[in-house]
Amino acid sequence: MRWFWIDRFNEFVRGKSATAVKNVSLAEEHLHDHFPGAALMPNSLIVEGMAQTAGLLVAEAIDYNRRVVLAKVAAAEFHFDAVPGDTIVFKAEVLDLKPTGSLTKVRSTVGDRLQGEAELFFAHLEPGEGVPKLFEPDELLRWLDQMHIYDVGRDETGQPLVRPDW
Amino acid sequence: MPSRDEIFEKVKGALVEALGVDEDEVSPTATMVGDLGAESIDFLDIVFRLEKAFGIKIQRGELFPEDVLSSTEFVTNGKVNEAGLNELKTRMPFIDLTKFEANPSVQNFPNTLTVEDMVRYVATKLAA
Repeated sequence: MRWFWIDRFNEFVRGKSATAVKNVSLAEEHLHDHFPGAALMPNSLIVEGMAQTAGLLVAEAIDYNRRVVLAKVAAAEFHFDAVPGDTIVFKAEVLDLKPTGSLTKVRSTVGDRLQGEAELFFAHLEPGEGVPKLFEPDELLRWLDQMHIYDVGRDETGQPLVRPDW
Repeated sequence: MPSRDEIFEKVKGALVEALGVDEDEVSPTATMVGDLGAESIDFLDIVFRLEKAFGIKIQRGELFPEDVLSSTEFVTNGKVNEAGLNELKTRMPFIDLTKFEANPSVQNFPNTLTVEDMVRYVATKLAA
């Protein structure tokens, strides 16, 4: 089982920016105990949603040929709690992208209110650098399809992203 | 070419952001690992920030020579040998190795690099 902390992408521009949404629902079991009678989505999991949005954005930009690992969370701030019924919109921007790593900025909003923001730094590791293989290609492709990346994604020239032939 | 003090201020800014330390902790003699708590992943982050702040290009291994410290050619019984010390001096002329040479155990190396070494490193890159 994998933890999915975004439901789908609404925008995805190769190597530049992406917008994803997460619908918070009381059907999610973790909210039942966090907290009983006053459910709220933990900000640590909102960071995970930010990381999935920005991580897929940078992984796609390097053709998924390295293992993209969340290395540092900097300047994270949260302004209010997200609760069941909220739709969280994650907007990720790539600030710097190199073969070995990337720096991104992600903001989470609910409606027109800024819920949180963080700078996420990813290390792009090669096999043998201490991180096991993260995905089988077919499993990754299923996730990307589920996220609608190839429905909404565009490359640098505005052309639709080409779905890889894995 | 910026002055040494101007370089120091920018290096300090990069270290405060990357390591989450206070400005007054970033003194010239502070060691990157021992005093400021930098871990290997932080060096990647610091490289990004220095490249951006100074418009320089930093090659992998220039600031932390992992390949030398893990090489059987340059390390004997857990200590950097003479060939290794010469390699470090050639590769990292900006670093003061005097203290390290007294006990060149590999595990002592991370505590060798100071903030002033970083400043000298950037100055070398800017002058190149």
